Amino acid sequence: MRAVVTVIGKDRTGIIYNVSKILAENNVNIEDISQTIMDDFFTMIMLVNLDNMSIDFNVLKNELEKIAETIGMSIRIQHEDLFNAMHTI
Amino acid sequence: MTMFKDVLETVSMIEKERLDIRTITMGISLLDCIDSSGEKSRQRIYDKITHLAENLVKEGERIETELGIPIVHKRISVTPISLIAGSSSDLNYVEYAKILDAAAATVGVNFIGGFSALVPKGFTKGDRILIDSIPEALATTNNVCSCVNLGSSKSGINMDAVKRIGEIIKETAYLTRDADSIGCAKFVAFANAVEDNPFMAGAFHGIGEAESVLNVGVSGPGVVKRALERSQDASFGEMAEIIKKAAFKITRAGHLVGTTVAERLNVPFGILDLSLAPTPEVGDSVARILEEMGLEHCGTHGTTAALAMLNDAVKKGGIMASTSVGGFSGAFIPVSEDEGMIEAVECGALTFDKLEAMTSVCSVGIDMVAIPGDTPATTISAIIADEAAIGVINNKTTGVRLIPVYGKDVGESAEFGGLLGHAPIMAVNKNDSSIFINRGGHIPAPIHSFKN
Repeated sequence: MRAVVTVIGKDRTGIIYNVSKILAENNVNIEDISQTIMDDFFTMIMLVNLDNMSIDFNVLKNELEKIAETIGMSIRIQHEDLFNAMHTI
Repeated sequence: MTMFKDVLETVSMIEKERLDIRTITMGISLLDCIDSSGEKSRQRIYDKITHLAENLVKEGERIETELGIPIVHKRISVTPISLIAGSSSDLNYVEYAKILDAAAATVGVNFIGGFSALVPKGFTKGDRILIDSIPEALATTNNVCSCVNLGSSKSGINMDAVKRIGEIIKETAYLTRDADSIGCAKFVAFANAVEDNPFMAGAFHGIGEAESVLNVGVSGPGVVKRALERSQDASFGEMAEIIKKAAFKITRAGHLVGTTVAERLNVPFGILDLSLAPTPEVGDSVARILEEMGLEHCGTHGTTAALAMLNDAVKKGGIMASTSVGGFSGAFIPVSEDEGMIEAVECGALTFDKLEAMTSVCSVGIDMVAIPGDTPATTISAIIADEAAIGVINNKTTGVRLIPVYGKDVGESAEFGGLLGHAPIMAVNKNDSSIFINRGGHIPAPIHSFKN
């Protein structure tokens, strides 16, 4: 199963480091990563694979939210299914 | 990544445009809970609901987390209680409402619908007792919703029921007078009621339905408004296209949530009701969509046409997105639950009569409208009769959810709190309708019902 991680906020150093550190620690593989600056905001989208994830989805979500608060960004993780359902026929 | 734009669009819909799944409603048949002993029947009802819906809230919350989309309400609808309680020797069904309330509290849902009777052609003994029990049932329970279907395109309008319901609404208003007659907000009088509607207060589990199903109601007025904002110069055809696309995406999200929850609860997925259901929050208003099309205020000339186009485009986008579209699927226009509607009433742009015209082209009817507390029961009945006629003649559902706010008059407003919002009291026509209503009997089925 795959999920989409969205990171949005003011650009600063160490964003990718902080997010990917949590993913790596919990055995979540990053399959694709894309980033840009939109309207002065750093915007990053990661496609991650949760098949070998070592913790519960809820716990991972909480960990990401905690780090989001620390680095002052908004971080969301959502199942890929939602995006596929809404944007593909 | 090709999905970059799509991901950001979805995130923005959820975060900024208030896209949410309004409700997941589990429909439960109570037909096997019938017993000649009211007490035994109620025990079975409680046991069945608490067993089948045990994990509804938990699974709903889990999917909310996984998909990152809010599911605002988890609710239950049941077989109309008049059909269940009718076999008992009870002469009052308030205890049935109380057991529904208790079951709802146990499983943690915030509303349970189905304290209902279906009487478009006539009453059974159980229907009469149920209707008489409505005021006390709504005054003594927190989470029970009630509706009565009193007309249909197939069988006409039961005018005896129309008359009685006017009185029932007044009694309910009086019994809940300490809270601005809020009991009336939990009751709808329908014509052509739908059996699979997931939205309250009018949800019940129809007798043609399966043992248990999971229905979903999606919302997203903010998404539609934002989409229109981005295309200021669009023609009507282009606007319809924009609305269809937005409706398509919202419906797909709802379909995913519905099928996933249903699978995890091991019940069949029922229907998806794509309705633009507003809330009192800014950015979640249907009135503002109509204004975005170029109307100074909702309620001015052009509003009915704007709403007709919106409703139709929403349905078309939704039908393309899911094979299980049902319920109402259109735009709701509840006054107290829509900040744009409230403003339109307060500034005098939206009147009761315009609202009635609008109901002839959209999904529901005169919904969450507060009227003066001294409005005669026969006037309320006459309003219901008008709405039922619009529904019956036009082959559509119409509902009436009126709150004659006890002790209040035009110029004041009723405070319901939460999603029910606050409602400025609207003036109704002061001319008398009592001789008309007191005739009683039945308005015959319309000519187009004879299709056999």
